[in-house]
Formats: sequence, structure tokens, C-alpha cells
Amino acid sequence: MADKQDIDDVTGTDTTGHEWDGIKELNNPLPRWWLWTFYGTVVWGLAYTIAYPAWPLINSATAGLLGYSSRAEVAQQIAEVDEQNAELTAMLASADLTTLDPDDPAHRFGVAGGASVFLANCSQCHGSGAAGVQAAGYPNLLDDAWLWGGTLEEIEYTVRHGIRNETDPDARWSEMPAFGDIFSEEEIGQTVEYVLSLSGQDHDAAMAEQGMVLFQEQCTACHGDSGEGIREVGAPALNDAIWLYGGDRETLIETVTYSRFGVMPAWGQRLDEDEIKAVTLYLHQLGGGE
Amino acid sequence: MTESPASPPSLYVAREPIFPRRVKGKFRTLKWWIMGVTLAIYYLTPWIRWDRGPNLPDQAVLVDLAGRRFYFFWIEIWPHEFYFVAGLLIMAGLGLFLFTSALGRVWCGYTCPQTVWTDLFILVERWIEGDRNARVRLWNADWSVHKVRLRVTKWIVWFLIALATGGAWVFYFADAPTLARDLFAFSAPLVAYSTILILAATTFVFGGFMREQVCNYMCPWPRIQAAMMDNDTLTVAYRHWRGEPRGKHLKAEGADQLGDCIDCMACVNVCPAGIDIRDGQQMECITCALCIDACDEVMERIGKPRGLIDYLALSDEEAETQGAKPRPVWQHVLRPRTILYTAMWSLIGVALVYALFIRSDIDLTVEPVRNPQFVTLSDGAVRNTYTLRIRNLTAEDRNFRVMLTSEEILRIDVESDGAVANHVTVPANETLQARVYVIARPQDAAADAETTDLRLWVEDVETDDRAGVATIFNGKG
Repeated sequence: MADKQDIDDVTGTDTTGHEWDGIKELNNPLPRWWLWTFYGTVVWGLAYTIAYPAWPLINSATAGLLGYSSRAEVAQQIAEVDEQNAELTAMLASADLTTLDPDDPAHRFGVAGGASVFLANCSQCHGSGAAGVQAAGYPNLLDDAWLWGGTLEEIEYTVRHGIRNETDPDARWSEMPAFGDIFSEEEIGQTVEYVLSLSGQDHDAAMAEQGMVLFQEQCTACHGDSGEGIREVGAPALNDAIWLYGGDRETLIETVTYSRFGVMPAWGQRLDEDEIKAVTLYLHQLGGGE
Repeated sequence: MTESPASPPSLYVAREPIFPRRVKGKFRTLKWWIMGVTLAIYYLTPWIRWDRGPNLPDQAVLVDLAGRRFYFFWIEIWPHEFYFVAGLLIMAGLGLFLFTSALGRVWCGYTCPQTVWTDLFILVERWIEGDRNARVRLWNADWSVHKVRLRVTKWIVWFLIALATGGAWVFYFADAPTLARDLFAFSAPLVAYSTILILAATTFVFGGFMREQVCNYMCPWPRIQAAMMDNDTLTVAYRHWRGEPRGKHLKAEGADQLGDCIDCMACVNVCPAGIDIRDGQQMECITCALCIDACDEVMERIGKPRGLIDYLALSDEEAETQGAKPRPVWQHVLRPRTILYTAMWSLIGVALVYALFIRSDIDLTVEPVRNPQFVTLSDGAVRNTYTLRIRNLTAEDRNFRVMLTSEEILRIDVESDGAVANHVTVPANETLQARVYVIARPQDAAADAETTDLRLWVEDVETDDRAGVATIFNGKG
């Protein structure tokens, strides 16, 4: 068959000349443009790897002739968005939150942006849903109980200056004594029974009666005469259903014996003015704002 | 494996140029009409106006990508109603199955855009360069001023058609008169120009130069269609028994032994796919039926009956060869397979029309907030939060009362911009997102239960139309 075209009898088609065990391969040639298209894609692919970052080197990769970088592109996009938002950002930074109309674009911008600020900076302690972590004493920001106040001004102050930190002289500050050094174990037990009674939980009435005397002597200065709490000193209400660290007997004994000392950073030192206001607006509309 | 031949055959071939000759006949006439109608539909549809009131666009057919709406005359499709589009696509698919099993590649031959535009481009080619013989001569001629002039003229006309093709496409995605003004003022968005140019380039190349190559090598449909055709499918075929043996010399000796085919090549010369239908059914045939017209013309001239090439089922050809009568057309078309396709097609069609009529112009979705599952309030009450999306599918602003129904005692509180006493206003043709609190007092069963079923409702204050969604309330349990 050497030189001649070998024609298959059945189909009348050329063969490629290849034969395996008597089976011949028919030659149905591809259109040539297809081949050129394939070469075209190869050339395009190679050119692409030269124009754009592609080839791996030992410590990095080729940068590409066009100097493209996805990081630079993101940075540029962020800069563009920042520029678009510049006016709203400035409006928000200089706004008085107490008089800002909820329909004001700056207000909507603040709530939306505040959600991002919260997720990036606050959710590590307060949780992504802002429900706090009771076991660690990070307060729930969704409910209607506020240690230091839930108005826009109070929230803004707390965010800006933080709580019991060493870095901001204006930080909210108070300190509960560790009653393990002051009370005997029995007295602590009696006080806890009285605290349980304040929130209507099961308690030992006789012990609570003793505890009431101790409570009046030692606790009302901060927690109020009926355990309603005093916000000026961040002392939580003890007569409601919400507990910062837990309201069961065991946790209360621990709290009274060793005290608690929750700390929050002063975000005024870390966030921009508009970010503080944004996160304040966001927190205020989560369901507990006053 | 045997030894390779000295000069192995090429694995690649250049495109064989095809010069379809002009033809007249009933199928050609039908194709002119179909070409006119389909092109008119394509070019004119975006310009039809349809009044929908002041808040909505007045373009009859509009794909509003930015606003995420699809307008089709009196129908307006929102993204959440995409099943209408899915249903239409399924109907289009089943319709193709139906037509293919009954009439072969009738879609390819008459209505496929590749066929219609190629036909249009060949028409232009014929106007400028002449009919088949002139075009063959021009193809073989050396380059001269005359040839360059004809070629350039042809390419310019082709490109103008291509530009209009791409240009018409973008009008489906924006208000046509506005966009047209912007396009000519060079103030239209870049994406409009780039879309026009890309589609113009593909139209120019596919219609002018690739033609049957698109069908043979790029389109998957010809391969799929084989699976839908059977012995009853009516398709363009050559009556072998009548035509063979073919021969030209009518007056020569033994001419009375010859069949009706005089081997005039008319059927080959008019074929836009460049094939010989007398070789039988083949993949390249788009069943455009132009060879039927060409052959009928010749048969008439030589005084033989028409229909040497005809719409024919494989089973008919067999029957006729054995001298039997072919089955009537309706028996080919009406068979279980086509009836099943028709039934499925109609079923989906009826279901879509039904869905269209019963669809509400309010739509509500409820997304329960599950981070956290519930919030305890200072008085011991339990609160759940839900995000409601209320869609107002009408052209008027509407005021809705938000309510809940449950077997347990629950209180509802709508916390949303502009919400007054659990009433919200949703602007025309918009979606409102509202946050809704549902609260169980400490003494109520729902506060301590694990979950409580409830249904959230929105009710139009004026018309009492309502939409409800079932959801769950999480208690402390």
C-alpha cells in the first residue's frame, strides 16, 4: 500500500495507512482552520503568561509585562469605593448621632458600614451575631439590658473609650471587690441566696433573709437598693433575667468570691471617627437601643 | 501496525469553497418569507412600545439586567420567577425534539440564525458578484482591480449587515430609542459598543466565510439530531429507485435503461452545504430543500414527474423501491413519539400559563435570624428575629400590614425604616427588607418550648390580598 492512497471499501473513505490487526483507521481530515485556531490558542496562551504573572520562580513568580497584580486591583477598587463614599463618610464623621434622621443617607450608610466594622473588630468577643459569650462575660448586644447605657451617646462613649483599659484615661471604670477576702463562705452563700431571690429564682428563704442584711451593707452602693443596678458604675441589674456571666448559684458564688473584671479596648485609638459612629449606629439598631 | 506510507495523507483539509446557484421554487419562496419574518422579528421587536404606567419602562421586550427584571409585553418576570424562563427553555427543547422527529432538521434548514444570515449573505454575494458561474470565475481569476472592487464592496455590505445584527442585539437590554441616540452620539456605555463589535465580527465571519463549517464542526445539534430521527421522519431524500442508473445521453443507445436522473448536477450546484443529496442522508444536510426546487425545475423541463428529490421517509423509500405505495404524510407525522413530544410540550405550556395566571402580585420570603437563635430580654421574654423580603410586583406603592398566626401566644413587632404600627409601605416594583421581632412573654408556653410553628403574613391594607410563609419560633427549651 506504500505510496498509493488506500481507500476503504465499505465507506469509500481514505485511510491514514494505520492498521491494527486488520482494522484500518479512516482518514476524516479536520478542517485546517481548526488546526490554526488551535495554534492560535497556544500562541494566545503563551502570550498571556508573558503579559500576566504566571511562571513560578523559586521565591516568587514572573511579574508579567503588563505589571498586573490582583492585589493592586483590589486596592484600586477599594480606593474607588472609598472615593465614591467620601462624601457620606465625611457626613457621618461630623454628624450628631442623636439628631441624625434614620432616613438620612448617612444613617443608612452608617448602619451598613457599621456591620462591617463590627464583624472586623468586635465579633471576636461579642460574636458575629452580637449575642456575646456568656461563659466569658462578653455581653449580649441584642437585648434590652445595658451595663453602661444603651443610648446612642452612651454606646458611642463606650466604643470610643472602652472599659477598664489602661490605655485611655477616660475609659469606663469600676471595680467589684472580691468578697472572698471580706465575707466568710457562709456569708457569701447567704448573699447569693438573696441575689437569687431578687430575680425570682429558687432560693433558700432563711439564708436569703440573712443575705439581705449583707447585701444592704455591702452591695447596694453599686447594685442599687433593690438590685436594679447603677449604670454610672456599670453595675449590672441583679433583678432581671439577663446575666453577664450566668445567674445560677454556682456561677454567682464564683462571681461574688473572686469578682469580675471585664475589659474592652478603647476603639477611639484604633478606629476612625466615621467607623466609631457607624458601629454605634449599627449596635443601636440591633434590637436593644434606647 | 504496518509500515507508514511514504507520503502520509494529510490529516487536515482546507475548506472547499461552495458557490450555491440561484434557484426558484416553492421551498425557496417559503424560505424567503421565513427569512423576512425572522429578521423582522429580530430587528423590530426592541422598538415595540408597551405602556406600563409611569414607574416602569415602556419597551415591550426588555431584559433589564441592572434592575433584574424581564419584561415581555404584559408579563414581567422577577428573578425569583426564573422558572418561567426555565420552562420556556424546556418547551423550546421539546419543540425541537418534536419538529426533528417529524420533519428532520427543519430548524436547521429554515429558521436557524446561522442558516438565515448565511442565506442573506449569499444573496448579497449574488447581487454583487453574480450567480454561481460568475463567482467560480471570479474565485479562479487573478487579483485585479475588478476583483478587489467586487470583494471589498461585498465585504462592506456584509459588515454593515453584521453591524446591524450586533446593533439590534443590544437594544433588547436597554431602552432602544435612548440607546440608539447614545450610540450615534458616542456616549453609550463601552459594553454596548464592545457587544456590537463582537457580534458584528462573529456574524461577519460565520455568515461570510465559515458558513457550513459552523454546522459541520462547531454546532452540536447535527450530532444530537440523529438520535431523534427514525424511519418515519420526513426528510429531504433522493428517490434512488427512480433516478438510477443516472445518465446524460438521453438519445444514446441504451438510454431507455436509464433512470430519471440526468446527472445535471442542479441539486449539487444549489446546495449551500456543498453535498450531493443522491448519496443519501448525510450529516452535512441541513434539509433546506433547495435541491428539491432545483430538481423539480429540471424534471418539469424534461417532462418527467416532479419529486425525484422530495421530502421522504426512509420507510417510504424502501416501500417505493419494492413497488408499494408510500404511507400518507399524516401517518408519518402522527406517531406515538411525536404525540408524546406534543403532549409533554403542551403540558408544560399549560402549566406555565396556569402559573402565570395564579401568580400573586405580592411575594414574601422569610429568613429567620439564627445567630443567635433567640434573645432573652430583661423581663425574661424570648425574642426571635426574622428578615422579611416583601416584593411588590405591581406598578403602585402598596401599604401592607404585617401579621402572624400561631396556635401559641406570640407578639409581633415590625422594626423597619418607616414602619408604623406594624404597617410598611413597599414602593412600586420594589422589594422591601423588613426586620420583624416575634416575642413570647415569660409566662407564655412558646417561651419555654423548643420550637413553635407560626406563619408570618403580609396583607395589603386596601385589597386584602395577602401572602404568608410558615416559619418556626425558637424558645428556651
